Amino acid sequence: MRKINLLFYSVKQGMKSMYHNRLFTLASIGTIATCLFIFGLFFFLLTNFESSVNKVERTVGITIFFKEGITEKEIKEIGNKIKAKPEVDHIVYTSAEEAWENCKKDMLSNNPDLIDTFGKDNPLENSASYDIYLSDLSKQQDMVDYLGTLEGVRQINSSLETANNMIAINSLVTGMCSILIGVLLFVSLFLIHTTVKMGIAVRKEEIAVMRLIGASDFVIRSPFMVEGITMGLIGSAIPLGVLYLIYRECMDYMNSYYAGISSWINFISVKEEFMRLIPAALAIGVGMGVVGSYFTVRKHLKI
Amino acid sequence: MSDGINIISLEQVKKTYGKGTDALLGIDLKIKKGEFVFIVGTSGSGKSTLIRLLLREIKPTSGTLLVNGHDLSVLKRRQVSVHRQGIGTVFQNFRLLNDRDVYENVAFAQRIIGTPKHEIKKQTTTMLQIVGLGDKMHSRPDQLSGGEQQRVAIARALVNHPPILLADEPTGNLDPKNSWEIMKLLEEVNKNGTTVLVVTHNREIVDEMKKRVVTLHNGKIISDERKGGYRYEED
Repeated sequence: MRKINLLFYSVKQGMKSMYHNRLFTLASIGTIATCLFIFGLFFFLLTNFESSVNKVERTVGITIFFKEGITEKEIKEIGNKIKAKPEVDHIVYTSAEEAWENCKKDMLSNNPDLIDTFGKDNPLENSASYDIYLSDLSKQQDMVDYLGTLEGVRQINSSLETANNMIAINSLVTGMCSILIGVLLFVSLFLIHTTVKMGIAVRKEEIAVMRLIGASDFVIRSPFMVEGITMGLIGSAIPLGVLYLIYRECMDYMNSYYAGISSWINFISVKEEFMRLIPAALAIGVGMGVVGSYFTVRKHLKI
Repeated sequence: MSDGINIISLEQVKKTYGKGTDALLGIDLKIKKGEFVFIVGTSGSGKSTLIRLLLREIKPTSGTLLVNGHDLSVLKRRQVSVHRQGIGTVFQNFRLLNDRDVYENVAFAQRIIGTPKHEIKKQTTTMLQIVGLGDKMHSRPDQLSGGEQQRVAIARALVNHPPILLADEPTGNLDPKNSWEIMKLLEEVNKNGTTVLVVTHNREIVDEMKKRVVTLHNGKIISDERKGGYRYEED
């Protein structure tokens, strides 16, 4: 019962302290909210970019052709070996007949006379192939090396340069976002530290009296922890609400007016995006509140 | 009044501060439960160090210091608050919180130890009536006289019923009339069983009250008299 009373007392004191230092409290909440708002925007950018890159990655494949005289069974066995590799997303088989049909349709449709000269012969008789798509583009070189070891493979066509460019862009965007978010988190921590320090300064006499009349460390410290956690919670709830509205409206707008864009940008749904953003933002906000107030209390409250 | 149990016991307690300054030079002092003791002495005699040791703000350099059954030389940090809850403290400058009323200043001492609300109300009201401030519960400390402020401080010190009351210069900021009223109140508190230690410079009060007087000088106890007077001449 006494512990519950103390908990209520701590919460009440924390709220009171926030009210007394309302300007600094608002500044701290504002900074956390701004940080998390910007974090959210970069989160959208990063996750949608990654999702789009993944989509493109799945279209950048490796094509292998087979040696002359290879049987259908041997080709199937090669296919099974490739599919068994964990980095393979999927493979597509194109037979020699399909390759010739595709060629006629895509390249020779304006030249039917040329097609007729081949009669029933298939000029691409040895062009059966597998298109191999990876789930992780950075593994392309390893896969090319592996394919080179397979018996029956005559030729390997890959797009290593495209793969490397995409990996480089992905790393650059991730790195820049991480640095910016890091700086913003540091600024927020600094402001929480200042707010809690102000609270300690304002309540200096009260804390001294509390110590003398037998308040425990928990009773003295907990109001400041309550302050930090509350600032973190409010500071993360506000941007989450705003970001939700912005993202939802953006998605509606894009889908209504720029539907074509969706073919090359793989937009993540509002639900899926916020399933990840809400816990991340709350953890960062509350985490900053806890860390900021804990270290300030530890440093400035010699109990 | 005394039942023979030592509530405070110092054996060869020595305190040397960081720069090699000796504040207490191995003092022995035993105070029995229910006693009323004046601690007197000039500035630098070791009175403040003794108070800080009793409150476990500092640890003795050597010797044994037992208060209320707690051995303060080995007391763990987390047990300090429990030890302090057993000592009510009253200061010369009252140390009241001016942002809350008289009732809240007293109730505060109970809130920080998690006393239930209904008990806080009952005990705070009773304590304020005992110190004669039943009609000033909702006044702010700065609306009260010095004597009244000291009464609030005494009520705050006693509301959790500590066995020891430690008063550091309780009449230092008061006129003679208020000083006597405060001392009568402390005597009353003592009659109800609380051990009272008063650190003071007030010669008239010490001489008049005929209580036990412990005189400190340069970190040593130079006299300890049962019904003593103010023996030491101020420099």
